[in-house]
Amino acid sequence: MKPGVTGKQRPPRPVAKKPTLRRFHQARWDEPVIFELSVAGQRGVLPPEPESAIIEAVGDPAGDLPEGLRRKSAPALPELSQLHVLRHYARMSQENLGVDLNIDIGQGTCTMKYSPKVNDQLARSPKLSELHPLQPVSSVQGILEVMCRLEGILKEISGMERVTLQPGAGSSAIYCNISMIRAYHEAHGDGQYRDEVITTIFSHPSNAAAAKVAGYKVITLYPNADGYPDVDALASAVSERTAALLITNPEDTGIFNPRIEEFVRIVHEAGGLCSYDQANANGILGITRARDAGFDVCHFNLHKTFSTPHGCGGPGAGACGVTGEIVPFLPTPTVEFDGASYYLDFNRPQSIGKIRPGYGVAQNLLRAYAWVMSLGADGLREVAETAVLNNNYLLTRVLEIRGVSAPYAKGKRRIEQVRYSWERLANDTGVHTEEIGFRAADFGTHYWTSHHPFVVPEPMTLEPTESYSKEDLDEYVAILKHIAEEAYADPETVHSAPHNSTVHKTDQESFDDPDAWAVTWRAYRRKVLRDT
Amino acid sequence: MKRIGLIVNPIAGIGGRVGLKGSDGAETLRLALELGAVPEALQRGTSSLLPLSSMGHAMELLTFPLEMGETSARDAGFTPTVIGEIRAGATTAEDTSRAARQMSALGVDLLLFAGGDGTARDIWRAVRPQFPCLGIPAGVKIHSAVYATNPRHAGELAEMFLEGRARLREAEVVDLDEDAYRAGNVSTRLYGYLSVPYRALLLQNQKAPSPASEALQTAAIGAAVVEAMQPGVLYILGPGTTTRAIARQMDVPKTLVGVDVVCDGNLVAQDVNQSQLLTMIETAPAKIVVTPIGGQGFLFGRGNQQIGPEVIRRVGRENIIVVSTSDKLNALRAQPLLVDTGSPDVDAMLAGYFTVITGFAERTVYRVAS
Repeated sequence: MKPGVTGKQRPPRPVAKKPTLRRFHQARWDEPVIFELSVAGQRGVLPPEPESAIIEAVGDPAGDLPEGLRRKSAPALPELSQLHVLRHYARMSQENLGVDLNIDIGQGTCTMKYSPKVNDQLARSPKLSELHPLQPVSSVQGILEVMCRLEGILKEISGMERVTLQPGAGSSAIYCNISMIRAYHEAHGDGQYRDEVITTIFSHPSNAAAAKVAGYKVITLYPNADGYPDVDALASAVSERTAALLITNPEDTGIFNPRIEEFVRIVHEAGGLCSYDQANANGILGITRARDAGFDVCHFNLHKTFSTPHGCGGPGAGACGVTGEIVPFLPTPTVEFDGASYYLDFNRPQSIGKIRPGYGVAQNLLRAYAWVMSLGADGLREVAETAVLNNNYLLTRVLEIRGVSAPYAKGKRRIEQVRYSWERLANDTGVHTEEIGFRAADFGTHYWTSHHPFVVPEPMTLEPTESYSKEDLDEYVAILKHIAEEAYADPETVHSAPHNSTVHKTDQESFDDPDAWAVTWRAYRRKVLRDT
Repeated sequence: MKRIGLIVNPIAGIGGRVGLKGSDGAETLRLALELGAVPEALQRGTSSLLPLSSMGHAMELLTFPLEMGETSARDAGFTPTVIGEIRAGATTAEDTSRAARQMSALGVDLLLFAGGDGTARDIWRAVRPQFPCLGIPAGVKIHSAVYATNPRHAGELAEMFLEGRARLREAEVVDLDEDAYRAGNVSTRLYGYLSVPYRALLLQNQKAPSPASEALQTAAIGAAVVEAMQPGVLYILGPGTTTRAIARQMDVPKTLVGVDVVCDGNLVAQDVNQSQLLTMIETAPAKIVVTPIGGQGFLFGRGNQQIGPEVIRRVGRENIIVVSTSDKLNALRAQPLLVDTGSPDVDAMLAGYFTVITGFAERTVYRVAS
C-alpha cells in the first residue's frame, strides 16, 4: 500500500471556529477620482448619426436650440466606457461601511432604521419616477391622493389641524415652522418687537440655526442635573419679545422633559408660540401628540421616524403640522380634495409662499405612506415601544462596560437614545471617544462623534431603533466592551485604529478649515494638485 | 529637529496631601516636609513625556538639572540636554523663572512646565506673552487655564502642537494670594496670559474649535455689545479676552487684566480701581461688562476685584452685561457661575439667572449660584 493511502476514509478537516467578534476588512482599491480615469475619446454610448432622410425632414436636430443655450466648448466631464464607470463605482461601494452592512445604531439622533426595499421598489417605479411636478394635476391624481392620505395620517399622529409635506428635509421643515410663526406674529401686529426665539442646548441645533436664518435672536437654555432646563431658566428668558419656543422632547440625551406642558404654558402666557421638533419621533409615536401638549406647530423628518432612507441613501423629506390658527400661513400650494378630484390650492393670501419648488419629495412621501400603511396604528405604537425597550436594554448593557457613563438623570430610564460619556475611560487610558469609534470599524461597525454642541465630554450617542434585534445589540455591546478592555490593556491598538479600513485617519482639523476643503474636481485641481 | 523644554517645580503640590493650601513660601515647604509630604511633580512630569517618546530621536529635550526636569526626563526614557544649575533640594520660584528665561533665550518650540498656579506665574513673569508654553497640572491650586486636564493630555497636546495639529491661544494665569488663603480669606488675581496649544478635546473635552472660530465668536460678541451701547453711558469693561474684543470693535485699546472704562465710543480711563470707579459712576449712568474667568466660572470676585461690591450695588444688577463664548460655558459642565464679591448682600443680589451674550443675536440664560 502506498504511503498516505489508507483503507479508511479520511476524517473531515476541522473548520476554523468563527471568531467571537467579526473581523471586518474593508477593500482597498486605491481607486482614483473618476476624473483621473478619463481617457480622451472614450465613450459609454455612441448615439448614431441621424439618417439622411431625417436630416432632410427636420434639418440639423440641434438647429432649433437658441444660440444662448449652446455651449462654446464641450463640458469638462470624464470620458469613460460603461464598464469603466461601473467598475469604478462598484469599487467605491466596497470601500464603504454602508447602512445595509453594519449595525447602524452608532449614529444617534439620526434614527437609523431599516427602510424596506419594497418601498424603494414602489418609489422607483416609472409610475412615480417619471412624473414631473409641473404636469397637469389631472394627470397626477394618484400621488396627490397619497399626499392627502399621508397628511391625514400625520394629522392623526400629531393632533394638528393641517400638515404640509412640502419641506425637503428637517431643517427646511424647521425653517418652514419659524417662517409661519413670524407670519403669525406679523398678522397680529406683534412682528416688530417679537424678535427672540428660545431653544435648549440639547434640542436639535437646526432649531437655533433656522431661527437665526429667519432673523431672530436666539436664547439657548442649559439643562440642570435632571437633564432639562429649570422652569426658572425659561421664565427668566421669556418676555414680551418672545416669538417662540423651539424645543425637542425627548432631547438628544434621550431624556423627556416632564414639565413640557408648563414650558408651553409659560411661553403662551407671554404671547409666544411653541414649536415641537419631532424630527425624531421614534420614541413617542402613538404615545404623545404635539397638539395634546399644547404646541402650535411641529415637524417630522420622514427620513428618520418614517423610514425613508437617509443622507446618501436618498433625499430627506419633512412634514410640518399646524393648529387652526396657523393654517392660513401654510406654504403654497396645499393639496386639496373637492369630493371628486385632487387639486392644488395656490390661492392662499396669507401663505409664507414656497419653502422649496414643487409640493414635496414625492418618492419619500410615497415611501413614508407605504411604511405607515404596512404597520397600521397599533404597529406605530409598537415601533415606539420596541425602540424604547431596545434603548433601555442597551443602556443597561453599555453601563456594564468599564469607563462609560450616562450623564444627567442618573439611574433613570431614557426614551429612544442616550448620549453616553467615555470621560472616565479617556482620563484613565488616554483613549478618546473618536478613537473608540474608529476601532469599532475593525469589527464592522462604527459610531460617529459629531455631537454638536460638545457639552457632554467624550460623547457617544447610540440610538437602537426598533429595527435592531437583541442579537444585534449584544454584538454591538460586545464590540464596545472589547474596545474598552483593550483601551485599558493595550491603548496603542485603539490609538492606531482603524487597522482594516480603506482610509485609516483623516485630519480633523481640516474639517473646520474651508481653505482645505476640495469638494469638487475643480477645487481638488486647484488646492491639491495645484494645477491652475 | 523639534526642541522642547521641560521645567518641573519639584515642590509643586507638596502642600496638598498634607492639608496645606498651597506650597508657596519656604515656611510652608518646611512644614509640608515635616508633615511627611512626598513630591509628586516629578512623576507627573514623567507621565507627560510618555506620549512624546514616540517622537524619540526627532526631538531634543532641554531641561534643568535633577528634580527640576532631568530626573523626570530620564525616567521617561529620554536623554535630555541639561542646562543651568540648581541647589538640589532647595529650589525656589526664582529657579523656575530663571529656567524659563534661559530656555526662552536658547529657543524651544514649546515649554512644558509642571506645577500649579504659582509656577504658572513664575513662567509668566519670565517669558514674552507669545512664547508657546503648556502646563502639566501638579500643583495644589490649578485655577489657571494654561494647564492641560492631566499630565498625559499635556503630552498628547504637546505632540499635536509639535506636529502642527494644534494651534495657540491665550489662556489665563490666575493665582490666589496664598497668605490670605491660608488665613481663610480667598482672593485671586488675574496676572496675565500665556500662549498655550489648544485642542479643546484635550483641554476641555469639547469639539476642537479652530482658533479662528474662537476669535470670530469673541468678535461677534464684541459687535453685539457695541451695537447695543447707549450714548452717555459709562461701560466698565472687566478683564479678559472676550471683553477685549469689545474694545477692539470700538477701536480703542484695552488692558488685558485691568478694568477699563469706555463711553460714547471713546476710552475714558484705563486700569482703574474701585475708588476711581465709584467716583466716575457718581456723575454718569454706568453698565458693567464682565466675562467669567476661564475654567472656574467666577463672574465677580476673582480677577476683577476692582469692580467691588459697592460699584456693583450702585450700578445695579440690571446694568450688568455678561459675555462669554459658549465654549467657556460648556466647559463649566452645568455648574453655575460663581460670585464672591466680599459682600454677602451683593452676592445674594447677583444670584439667579443672567442673560449671557454668547454671539451676535445669540444668548443664553445662565445661573449664578446663591
